[in-house]
Amino acid sequence: MSHRLVTGFLVSVALLSISGSLFAHHGNAAYDNKTVTVKGTVTAWVWTNPHSFLKFDAKDEKGNVVHWLGEWNAPSTLINFGITAKSFKTGEEVTVTMTGMSKTGQPVGRVTKVILPDGQELSMGSER
Amino acid sequence: MSNRFVTAAILVAVLAFPALTRAQTTDRRESGKNIHRDGWDRIVPPAPKDQKSEPAPVRDLTGIWEPTPGYRDGVFATGPKEYPSDSKPEHELPFTPLGLKTWKEHKPGFGTTAVPIAENNDPFDICDPIGFPRLELFNLRAIQIFQSKSQVAIVYQNDQVWRNIWMDGRELPKEILEPRWYGYSVGKWVDDYTFVTETVGLDERTWIDNVGRPHSDELKVTETWHRVNHDILEFTMTIDDPKMFTKPWNPLNKFRMRLQPEWFDIREMICSASEAQEYNKTVAEQVVADKNAKKK
Repeated sequence: MSHRLVTGFLVSVALLSISGSLFAHHGNAAYDNKTVTVKGTVTAWVWTNPHSFLKFDAKDEKGNVVHWLGEWNAPSTLINFGITAKSFKTGEEVTVTMTGMSKTGQPVGRVTKVILPDGQELSMGSER
Repeated sequence: MSNRFVTAAILVAVLAFPALTRAQTTDRRESGKNIHRDGWDRIVPPAPKDQKSEPAPVRDLTGIWEPTPGYRDGVFATGPKEYPSDSKPEHELPFTPLGLKTWKEHKPGFGTTAVPIAENNDPFDICDPIGFPRLELFNLRAIQIFQSKSQVAIVYQNDQVWRNIWMDGRELPKEILEPRWYGYSVGKWVDDYTFVTETVGLDERTWIDNVGRPHSDELKVTETWHRVNHDILEFTMTIDDPKMFTKPWNPLNKFRMRLQPEWFDIREMICSASEAQEYNKTVAEQVVADKNAKKK
């Protein structure tokens, strides 16, 4: 795999239907059950209640920058899975898997896994 | 060995093993596994597989307690354990016509009546007080119980609030002049290991649970805290509200909590109004804007 390919802003979409519900304070009725994997650059890691957010930019097929918003669990849950307020740094290239995408087509989804530049995976394993 | 050589060797080691050095810091730690940590980031030992324990002390609930076997077993996002909102006939509640009407007016984020974020009217989503009994029927996490001759006080991780349960002989208020988010509570020991509380005077703006079940000014909540042994506390709740339900029901029945080490620090878990506002701005408004754009 070329360096460009690895570091480029590739958006790969895998439409995998899964079951199960996510815990979140505001609910999940706005999300479907699709799984999407996006490679992008971190613009912010917001460690807040009731949810945390990973904001990142990626380019779509036409080269346009898309501002993604990945919603994750509350800090009080994530901390038990090795995910902390310091897990992401602005400018880092990450691969984000989201299961549960905005039904309206917005670039918003529920994060299930993030791969860091050094290859480490951050996730809640089989828990949600 | 010269200092210059030592410095160079360290530099080479750091460059060669970045993952190794990162693993030692707080921003890179093992992920994917559930390793429970307290508020001071100390690892909490998992619950033992067997339930053997010393006998319980007499008339004593003091200590720090968490749901068991899993510390997240009290999250109850889709409604309390015995009555989740899932359309199963055995989970249907005995609503009165007013109860059903009021429930349908509530727009929760979860359960069979869930609506998208932008349409929901959950008071807790804008960080209004979670209130009682929702405090225990949604996100029941760690609690700390303090006890004196005159009262039992419970401190909750959830929303970082507390309740005072009086056991100085007073009776529940005959008339409620001022409804409260967490009501008025009295309690008594019915035997050496069982403490029963009653709570009334609850603010009608609160929801009973995370799926919007309603209550009226006539709600009376009974909690039964039964200390099975030194380490296990069983918790049962009864909801009695004749305006909303045709008969009492038990959202929790012998729900188990485990005594935690004395050093356990309860993690901060606060609904911040500004953070919730930011959430609504970034997610809910974005979704609404997109919906409106599609309508045009």
